[in-house]
Amino acid sequence: MDDTKVSEIRQMIIRHKRWDRLFALLGLCAMILGVLTLTVLFADLLIDGAHRIGVDFFTSFPSRKPESAGILSAFVGTCLVMLVTVVTAVPLGVAAAVYLEEYAPRNWMTDLIEINVSNLAGVPSIIYGLLALGLFVYALDFGQSILSAGLTLALLILPMVIVATRESIRAVPGSIREAAYAVGATKWQTVSSHVLPYSTGGILTGVIIGLARAIGETAPIITIGALTFIAFLPPAPIMAEAPFISFEWLFAPFTVMPIQMFNWLSRPEEAFQSNAAAAGVILIAMTLAMNALAIWLRYRYRKRIKW
Amino acid sequence: MVHDTDFFRRFTLNMITKHILLATSLLTLVSTANAASNIKIDGSSTVYPITEAVVEEFQKLKRGKVRLTVGISGTGGGFKKFCRGEIDIADASRPIKKSEMDACKKAGIRYVEIPVAYDALTIVIHPDNTWARHMTVAELKKMWEPSAQGKIKKWSDINPKWPDHEFKLFGAGTDSGTFEYFTEAVNGKPRASRGDYTASEDDNVLVLGVSRNKHGLGYFGYAYYAENKNKLRAVAVHNGKSFVLPSTETVEAGSYQPLARPIFIYVSAKSMARPEVKEFVHFYLDNAIQLVKEVKYVPLPASAYAMARKNFDGQKLGTAFGGKNEVGLKINEILARKAHE
Repeated sequence: MDDTKVSEIRQMIIRHKRWDRLFALLGLCAMILGVLTLTVLFADLLIDGAHRIGVDFFTSFPSRKPESAGILSAFVGTCLVMLVTVVTAVPLGVAAAVYLEEYAPRNWMTDLIEINVSNLAGVPSIIYGLLALGLFVYALDFGQSILSAGLTLALLILPMVIVATRESIRAVPGSIREAAYAVGATKWQTVSSHVLPYSTGGILTGVIIGLARAIGETAPIITIGALTFIAFLPPAPIMAEAPFISFEWLFAPFTVMPIQMFNWLSRPEEAFQSNAAAAGVILIAMTLAMNALAIWLRYRYRKRIKW
Repeated sequence: MVHDTDFFRRFTLNMITKHILLATSLLTLVSTANAASNIKIDGSSTVYPITEAVVEEFQKLKRGKVRLTVGISGTGGGFKKFCRGEIDIADASRPIKKSEMDACKKAGIRYVEIPVAYDALTIVIHPDNTWARHMTVAELKKMWEPSAQGKIKKWSDINPKWPDHEFKLFGAGTDSGTFEYFTEAVNGKPRASRGDYTASEDDNVLVLGVSRNKHGLGYFGYAYYAENKNKLRAVAVHNGKSFVLPSTETVEAGSYQPLARPIFIYVSAKSMARPEVKEFVHFYLDNAIQLVKEVKYVPLPASAYAMARKNFDGQKLGTAFGGKNEVGLKINEILARKAHE
C-alpha cells in the first residue's frame, strides 16, 4: 500500500470521527435541553411554592383564604382514586396479557385484538372521560364518585399494563416453559410458577409508569364531574363496629390534585398562585417517588432471577 | 432458578383473590350507593367564589354534619344538571333562559331565584394608556360589535383624537355568562361580538394580556381588577349622565351602568323541603353582605337580602325575567316582580 492511499484512508477516518463527535455533541445538547427545561420548571415551582409546603398544607381543606387553604381533600382523593385504579387495572391487564401471550390461538382475531390494544394506548384521555361519563356515571349509576374516576383511569392505563406485561412475558426464554412442560406441568402451572414470577419486575414497571401518567390526568376526571370545592373526607374504610369494613368511600364525591391546582391557578388573588405551585411540587414529587419505586422493584426482581 | 417460588405463587394467588373480592364487593355495593345526605351545588365560575366562602363558613358551623360540594360547570352547564335534578342549587351569573326553563318544566323541577350579589363588568386598560380612560358605551360598541371585525383596528378608528396605533382586545370566552352580559349591554344583542380578540375562560390570562400590552383593552369581573389594581387601570364608562368608575360605592348606588349585573343562585323546590338546605340558604342570605365583600364582589343592599329571604320562605317559584336577560334593572324591582315558570 503506498503512502497516498494510507493518508487518504487516514483522512477518511478523521472525517468520520468528526461526524461521530458532532453527533455525540448534538445528542448531549438535546439531552441537556430536555433535562434543563424540566429542572428550570421544577425550580420555578419550588421557588414559588416552597414556603407553602408544610404540615398545615397537607392537613387543611381548601379555603377562600389562600394562607389557610390546603390539599387534604385533593390528596386523599388522588390516593383513593389511584388505589381503585391499581386494584382494577392490574388483574385485568395482567390476565389479558397472559391470555394473549400464552393461551390465545394465532389467528386473525388475536391479531385484530393485538392491534387494537396498541391503538388504545394512543387514544386521547378525554375520550375515555366521555366513555366513562356515559358508562360508569349514568348507565351503571356509580355517580360522580371515586369509583367512577378510578375505573376511568384504570381503562386509561389498561393498554399500557397489557403492553408492558406482554413485553416482559416475551422476555422469558421459551426453554423455561419447555422445561416445565417436560416435567409434566400444566400450562397454568407453568404460567403461575415461572412465567409470571420472572416477569413481575417488568409488569410492575409498566403498572407504575401507567399510574404516574394517571395521577396527572385532569381531562377525563373533569369530564366525569369531579368537584372543585370539597371540605370533607370520604367515609373511612374501616369501622369500629361490624362488619368493620365499609366500601361507602367508593361512592363519595371527591376532587384530585390536578383539579385543585387548576382551580387555584384561575383565582384572582396572587397568593393562590403559590398554593398552585406548592401543589404542583407535591404532584411532581409523587410522580418521581412512583418512578423511583418502579426502578427499585425492577432491580429487586431482576436479582432474584438466576438464569 | 428462583429460590422462593412459594413467595411468587402466593403473590399471584393474592392478586386473584383480590380481584374476586373486588368483583363481589362491587356487586353488593351498587344497591347501597348514594346513601349520604349532601347538598350539591354547581354552575357559574363567577358565582363560585361567593358560594365557596359561604359553604366554607357553613361547614365550619355545622362541624361536618352537612356535607356540601361546589363544582364549576359554567352557568349553562349548571342549569343542565339542575334541570336533570342532579344538584340542589345552581350558581348562575345570568337569569335562567327560556330553553332552560322549558327543560326544567319538562323534568318537573321547580325553583326559587335568589340574587346574591352584584358583579361589575370592568373595562381595563394598561396603566400607561392616557387617552382611553373615559369611554362611552357607543365607543365600546364601535370597538366590539360584530361588524368591527377586521375593520376597526386602531384607536383612531374609534375617536380621531386617539393615537394612530392598533389596539389589542381581550375578553371573556363565549361559554361564560360574562360574555353574554357584556355583548348584550354593549352591542345590544347577547352573543353578538367581533371574533378577532383573545378569548379566555381564565381571567388571569386576560389580566396578564392587558398588563403586558400598552395598547391592550379587556373586560372581566370586578374581582380580578380589584386584585390587580397595580397592573391595570379601569375605564370610566358613561352611564348616560356622567363617566363612572366601577367601585363598591358606584355599583351599590346604581350609577355604574349598564355594566353592573346581579348574579344569582337557583334553589330547587324539592331540595327546599330538606331542613339542611333551608338552613344553608338562610345562612347564605344572612352572611352575604360580609362574605361577598370579602371575596371582592359588591353586596346587594340589606333590604334586598331581606326581601330575597321572604321570597324564599314564601316559596315564590320561578324567575322574574321570563327567559331573557335585561340590562340595568334595580335589584328591588327584580325581587318585587311577579315570577314566571
